[in-house]
Amino acid sequence: MTIYFLCFILFCIGLYGILRKRNLVKIIIGFSILGYAMNLFMVLLGYRFQGRAPIDSNAQDILNMVDPIPQGLVLTSIVIGLGITALLISVAIRIYEKYGTFDITKIKRLKG
Amino acid sequence: MELYILLIFMIFAALVAIEVKDLLSSVIAMGAVGFSLCLAFLILKAPDLAITQLVVEILCLIILIRATTRKDIPLVVEGRWVFNTVSTAVFMAVFLFFAFHALKELPFFGQPLMSVVKKYLEEGMSKTGAVNLVAAVILDFRAYDTLGEVAVLFTSVVGIMAVLRRPGRNNLKEKNHER
Repeated sequence: MTIYFLCFILFCIGLYGILRKRNLVKIIIGFSILGYAMNLFMVLLGYRFQGRAPIDSNAQDILNMVDPIPQGLVLTSIVIGLGITALLISVAIRIYEKYGTFDITKIKRLKG
Repeated sequence: MELYILLIFMIFAALVAIEVKDLLSSVIAMGAVGFSLCLAFLILKAPDLAITQLVVEILCLIILIRATTRKDIPLVVEGRWVFNTVSTAVFMAVFLFFAFHALKELPFFGQPLMSVVKKYLEEGMSKTGAVNLVAAVILDFRAYDTLGEVAVLFTSVVGIMAVLRRPGRNNLKEKNHER
Protein backbone atom coordinates (compact mmCIF):
# COMPACT_ATOMS: atom_id res chain seq x y z
CA MET A 1 0.00 0.00 0.00
CA THR A 2 2.86 2.41 0.72
CA ILE A 3 3.97 2.19 -2.87
CA TYR A 4 0.56 3.39 -4.06
CA PHE A 5 0.97 6.45 -1.84
CA LEU A 6 4.40 7.21 -3.27
CA CYS A 7 2.78 7.02 -6.71
CA PHE A 8 0.07 9.48 -5.57
CA ILE A 9 2.77 11.88 -4.33
CA LEU A 10 4.36 11.80 -7.78
CA PHE A 11 0.94 12.55 -9.28
CA CYS A 12 0.49 15.48 -6.88
CA ILE A 13 3.87 16.92 -7.91
CA GLY A 14 2.70 16.88 -11.52
CA LEU A 15 -0.56 18.57 -10.50
CA TYR A 16 1.39 21.22 -8.59
CA GLY A 17 3.52 21.91 -11.65
CA ILE A 18 0.47 22.35 -13.86
CA LEU A 19 -1.50 24.57 -11.51
CA ARG A 20 1.15 26.68 -9.82
CA LYS A 21 3.87 27.40 -12.39
CA ARG A 22 3.60 30.22 -14.89
CA ASN A 23 6.20 29.06 -17.40
CA LEU A 24 4.77 27.08 -20.33
CA VAL A 25 7.67 24.59 -20.38
CA LYS A 26 7.19 23.88 -16.67
CA ILE A 27 3.49 23.23 -17.31
CA ILE A 28 4.37 20.75 -20.08
CA ILE A 29 6.84 19.00 -17.75
CA GLY A 30 4.06 18.80 -15.17
CA PHE A 31 1.82 17.09 -17.71
CA SER A 32 4.55 14.54 -18.49
CA ILE A 33 5.16 13.74 -14.81
CA LEU A 34 1.42 13.27 -14.27
CA GLY A 35 1.34 10.83 -17.17
CA TYR A 36 4.32 8.90 -15.77
CA ALA A 37 2.55 8.55 -12.41
CA MET A 38 -0.61 7.22 -14.05
CA ASN A 39 1.28 4.69 -16.18
CA LEU A 40 3.26 3.48 -13.18
CA PHE A 41 0.10 3.11 -11.09
CA MET A 42 -1.58 0.94 -13.71
CA VAL A 43 1.44 -1.33 -14.04
CA LEU A 44 1.67 -1.59 -10.24
CA LEU A 45 -1.95 -2.79 -10.14
CA GLY A 46 -1.08 -5.71 -12.41
CA TYR A 47 2.06 -6.85 -10.60
CA ARG A 48 2.13 -10.05 -8.57
CA PHE A 49 4.85 -11.29 -6.25
CA GLN A 50 7.28 -13.80 -7.77
CA GLY A 51 5.59 -13.30 -11.11
CA ARG A 52 7.26 -13.74 -14.48
CA ALA A 53 7.16 -11.51 -17.53
CA PRO A 54 4.14 -12.47 -19.65
CA ILE A 55 6.06 -14.38 -22.29
CA ASP A 56 5.20 -18.00 -22.95
CA SER A 57 7.67 -20.83 -22.83
CA ASN A 58 7.37 -24.55 -22.28
CA ALA A 59 9.22 -24.61 -19.00
CA GLN A 60 6.99 -22.45 -16.84
CA ASP A 61 3.78 -22.55 -14.89
CA ILE A 62 1.10 -20.61 -16.76
CA LEU A 63 -0.56 -18.97 -13.76
CA ASN A 64 2.68 -17.49 -12.44
CA MET A 65 2.73 -14.49 -14.80
CA VAL A 66 2.01 -10.84 -14.12
CA ASP A 67 -1.19 -9.39 -15.58
CA PRO A 68 -0.66 -8.53 -19.29
CA ILE A 69 -3.82 -6.42 -19.76
CA PRO A 70 -2.64 -3.30 -17.86
CA GLN A 71 0.66 -3.59 -19.69
CA GLY A 72 -1.12 -3.55 -23.03
CA LEU A 73 -3.20 -0.52 -22.05
CA VAL A 74 -0.15 1.34 -20.71
CA LEU A 75 1.72 0.61 -23.95
CA THR A 76 -1.06 2.51 -25.74
CA SER A 77 -0.99 5.27 -23.13
CA ILE A 78 2.79 5.87 -23.37
CA VAL A 79 2.60 6.47 -27.12
CA ILE A 80 -0.38 8.79 -26.71
CA GLY A 81 1.63 10.70 -24.09
CA LEU A 82 4.29 11.34 -26.73
CA GLY A 83 1.60 12.78 -29.00
CA ILE A 84 0.32 15.06 -26.21
CA THR A 85 3.81 16.35 -25.40
CA ALA A 86 4.68 17.00 -29.05
CA LEU A 87 1.43 18.90 -29.66
CA LEU A 88 1.85 21.03 -26.51
CA ILE A 89 5.47 21.82 -27.39
CA SER A 90 4.53 22.89 -30.91
CA VAL A 91 1.90 25.26 -29.51
CA ALA A 92 4.50 26.60 -27.03
CA ILE A 93 7.04 27.20 -29.83
CA ARG A 94 4.42 29.12 -31.82
CA ILE A 95 3.49 31.23 -28.78
CA TYR A 96 7.18 32.01 -28.19
CA GLU A 97 7.60 33.13 -31.81
CA LYS A 98 4.57 35.43 -31.56
CA TYR A 99 4.96 36.93 -28.07
CA GLY A 100 8.65 36.37 -27.25
CA THR A 101 7.99 34.80 -23.86
CA PHE A 102 6.93 31.56 -22.16
CA ASP A 103 5.23 33.41 -19.29
CA ILE A 104 1.48 32.78 -19.44
CA THR A 105 0.58 36.06 -17.75
CA LYS A 106 2.46 38.09 -20.38
CA ILE A 107 0.33 36.73 -23.22
CA LYS A 108 -2.23 39.50 -23.11
CA ARG A 109 -3.79 39.49 -26.53
CA LEU A 110 -5.40 36.09 -26.00
CA LYS A 111 -7.92 37.81 -23.74
CA GLY A 112 -11.13 38.37 -25.69
CA MET B 1 12.77 -2.75 -2.16
CA GLU B 2 14.45 -1.49 -5.34
CA LEU B 3 11.05 -0.19 -6.35
CA TYR B 4 10.79 2.04 -3.26
CA ILE B 5 14.26 3.49 -3.86
CA LEU B 6 13.40 4.16 -7.50
CA LEU B 7 10.10 5.82 -6.60
CA ILE B 8 11.70 8.08 -4.00
CA PHE B 9 14.38 9.01 -6.55
CA MET B 10 11.62 9.78 -9.06
CA ILE B 11 9.84 12.03 -6.55
CA PHE B 12 13.03 13.98 -5.84
CA ALA B 13 13.84 14.32 -9.55
CA ALA B 14 10.29 15.51 -10.24
CA LEU B 15 10.59 18.14 -7.50
CA VAL B 16 13.87 19.33 -9.03
CA ALA B 17 12.30 19.40 -12.49
CA ILE B 18 9.42 21.54 -11.27
CA GLU B 19 11.38 23.88 -9.01
CA VAL B 20 14.75 24.59 -10.67
CA LYS B 21 15.12 27.96 -12.40
CA ASP B 22 17.08 26.98 -15.52
CA LEU B 23 14.79 25.48 -18.17
CA LEU B 24 17.41 23.16 -19.69
CA SER B 25 18.24 21.64 -16.27
CA SER B 26 14.57 21.11 -15.56
CA VAL B 27 14.15 19.28 -18.89
CA ILE B 28 17.11 17.05 -18.01
CA ALA B 29 15.64 16.32 -14.57
CA MET B 30 12.43 15.28 -16.31
CA GLY B 31 14.56 12.89 -18.36
CA ALA B 32 15.84 11.40 -15.10
CA VAL B 33 12.24 10.76 -14.02
CA GLY B 34 11.44 9.08 -17.34
CA PHE B 35 14.49 6.84 -17.41
CA SER B 36 13.97 5.70 -13.82
CA LEU B 37 10.36 4.93 -14.80
CA CYS B 38 11.86 2.74 -17.53
CA LEU B 39 13.92 0.90 -14.86
CA ALA B 40 10.80 0.54 -12.69
CA PHE B 41 8.99 -1.13 -15.60
CA LEU B 42 11.88 -3.59 -15.89
CA ILE B 43 11.60 -4.45 -12.19
CA LEU B 44 7.83 -4.86 -12.53
CA LYS B 45 8.37 -7.52 -15.24
CA ALA B 46 7.21 -5.44 -18.18
CA PRO B 47 10.06 -5.49 -20.74
CA ASP B 48 7.93 -4.26 -23.66
CA LEU B 49 6.92 -1.20 -21.68
CA ALA B 50 10.53 -0.52 -20.73
CA ILE B 51 11.63 -0.53 -24.38
CA THR B 52 8.75 1.73 -25.46
CA GLN B 53 9.31 4.12 -22.55
CA LEU B 54 13.01 4.41 -23.43
CA VAL B 55 12.31 5.34 -27.06
CA VAL B 56 9.47 7.72 -26.18
CA GLU B 57 11.54 9.41 -23.48
CA ILE B 58 14.44 10.05 -25.86
CA LEU B 59 12.05 11.55 -28.42
CA CYS B 60 10.39 13.73 -25.76
CA LEU B 61 13.75 15.02 -24.57
CA ILE B 62 14.85 15.88 -28.10
CA ILE B 63 11.62 17.78 -28.75
CA LEU B 64 11.76 19.61 -25.40
CA ILE B 65 15.42 20.59 -25.79
CA ARG B 66 14.67 21.89 -29.29
CA ALA B 67 12.00 24.09 -27.74
CA THR B 68 14.08 25.41 -24.86
CA THR B 69 17.61 25.97 -26.16
CA ARG B 70 18.74 29.59 -25.96
CA LYS B 71 15.36 30.57 -24.58
CA ASP B 72 15.88 30.19 -20.85
CA ILE B 73 14.40 33.40 -19.55
CA PRO B 74 14.58 33.97 -15.80
CA LEU B 75 11.22 33.35 -14.19
CA VAL B 76 9.29 36.38 -13.02
CA VAL B 77 8.15 36.89 -9.45
CA GLU B 78 4.86 35.16 -8.87
CA GLY B 79 1.75 37.30 -8.65
CA ARG B 80 -1.51 36.43 -6.86
CA TRP B 81 0.43 34.16 -4.52
CA VAL B 82 -2.37 33.38 -2.04
CA PHE B 83 -5.03 32.55 -4.61
CA ASN B 84 -2.75 30.25 -6.62
CA THR B 85 -1.48 28.37 -3.58
CA VAL B 86 -4.94 27.91 -2.09
CA SER B 87 -6.45 26.66 -5.35
CA THR B 88 -3.55 24.22 -5.84
CA ALA B 89 -3.95 22.91 -2.29
CA VAL B 90 -7.69 22.46 -2.82
CA PHE B 91 -7.13 20.47 -6.01
CA MET B 92 -4.58 18.22 -4.29
CA ALA B 93 -6.82 17.69 -1.27
CA VAL B 94 -9.76 16.69 -3.47
CA PHE B 95 -7.57 14.27 -5.42
CA LEU B 96 -6.06 12.70 -2.29
CA PHE B 97 -9.49 12.36 -0.64
CA PHE B 98 -11.00 10.46 -3.55
CA ALA B 99 -7.83 8.44 -4.11
CA PHE B 100 -7.79 7.36 -0.47
CA HIS B 101 -11.40 6.21 -0.64
CA ALA B 102 -10.84 4.40 -3.95
CA LEU B 103 -7.76 2.70 -2.54
CA LYS B 104 -9.87 0.74 -0.05
CA GLU B 105 -11.62 -1.05 -2.91
CA LEU B 106 -8.45 -2.01 -4.75
CA PRO B 107 -6.66 -5.35 -4.30
CA PHE B 108 -3.44 -5.29 -2.29
CA PHE B 109 -0.12 -4.72 -4.03
CA GLY B 110 1.25 -8.00 -5.40
CA GLN B 111 -2.07 -9.87 -5.43
CA PRO B 112 -3.98 -8.71 -8.52
CA LEU B 113 -7.41 -9.89 -9.59
CA MET B 114 -6.71 -12.32 -12.40
CA SER B 115 -10.32 -13.16 -13.31
CA VAL B 116 -10.35 -11.76 -16.85
CA VAL B 117 -6.80 -12.49 -17.75
CA LYS B 118 -6.88 -16.15 -16.73
CA LYS B 119 -8.58 -17.04 -19.99
CA TYR B 120 -6.07 -15.00 -22.00
CA LEU B 121 -3.16 -16.72 -20.26
CA GLU B 122 -4.53 -20.18 -20.91
CA GLU B 123 -5.71 -19.70 -24.50
CA GLY B 124 -3.48 -16.90 -25.72
CA MET B 125 -0.88 -19.14 -27.31
CA SER B 126 -3.35 -21.44 -29.08
CA LYS B 127 -5.77 -18.70 -30.21
CA THR B 128 -3.39 -16.04 -31.46
CA GLY B 129 -0.09 -17.82 -31.97
CA ALA B 130 1.82 -15.02 -30.23
CA VAL B 131 4.40 -16.07 -27.67
CA ASN B 132 4.47 -12.62 -26.08
CA LEU B 133 1.14 -12.21 -24.33
CA VAL B 134 1.30 -8.40 -24.28
CA ALA B 135 1.52 -8.46 -28.06
CA ALA B 136 -1.38 -10.91 -28.12
CA VAL B 137 -3.46 -8.53 -25.99
CA ILE B 138 -2.76 -5.32 -27.89
CA LEU B 139 -2.81 -6.79 -31.40
CA ASP B 140 -5.50 -9.44 -31.13
CA PHE B 141 -7.80 -9.43 -28.09
CA ARG B 142 -7.96 -5.64 -27.87
CA ALA B 143 -6.98 -4.63 -31.39
CA TYR B 144 -9.57 -1.82 -31.50
CA ASP B 145 -7.62 -0.04 -28.76
CA THR B 146 -4.56 -0.05 -30.97
CA LEU B 147 -6.63 1.24 -33.88
CA GLY B 148 -7.80 4.10 -31.66
CA GLU B 149 -4.19 4.77 -30.62
CA VAL B 150 -3.13 5.06 -34.25
CA ALA B 151 -6.05 7.43 -34.90
CA VAL B 152 -5.01 9.61 -31.94
CA LEU B 153 -1.38 9.69 -33.10
CA PHE B 154 -2.47 10.66 -36.61
CA THR B 155 -4.65 13.45 -35.23
CA SER B 156 -1.75 14.71 -33.13
CA VAL B 157 0.60 14.74 -36.14
CA VAL B 158 -2.01 16.61 -38.21
CA GLY B 159 -2.35 19.12 -35.37
CA ILE B 160 1.42 19.63 -35.17
CA MET B 161 1.62 20.16 -38.92
CA ALA B 162 -1.23 22.67 -38.78
CA VAL B 163 0.33 24.61 -35.91
CA LEU B 164 3.96 24.65 -37.05
CA ARG B 165 3.41 25.07 -40.82
CA ARG B 166 4.88 28.20 -42.42
CA PRO B 167 2.84 30.03 -45.07
CA GLY B 168 3.81 28.75 -48.52
CA ARG B 169 5.51 30.77 -51.24
CA ASN B 170 2.33 31.29 -53.29
CA ASN B 171 0.41 32.67 -50.32
CA LEU B 172 3.22 35.12 -49.57
CA LYS B 173 3.17 36.38 -53.17
CA GLU B 174 -0.59 36.90 -53.03
CA LYS B 175 -0.25 38.88 -49.82
CA ASN B 176 2.42 41.09 -51.38
CA HIS B 177 0.18 41.76 -54.38
CA GLU B 178 -2.67 42.75 -52.12
CA ARG B 179 -0.46 45.30 -50.43
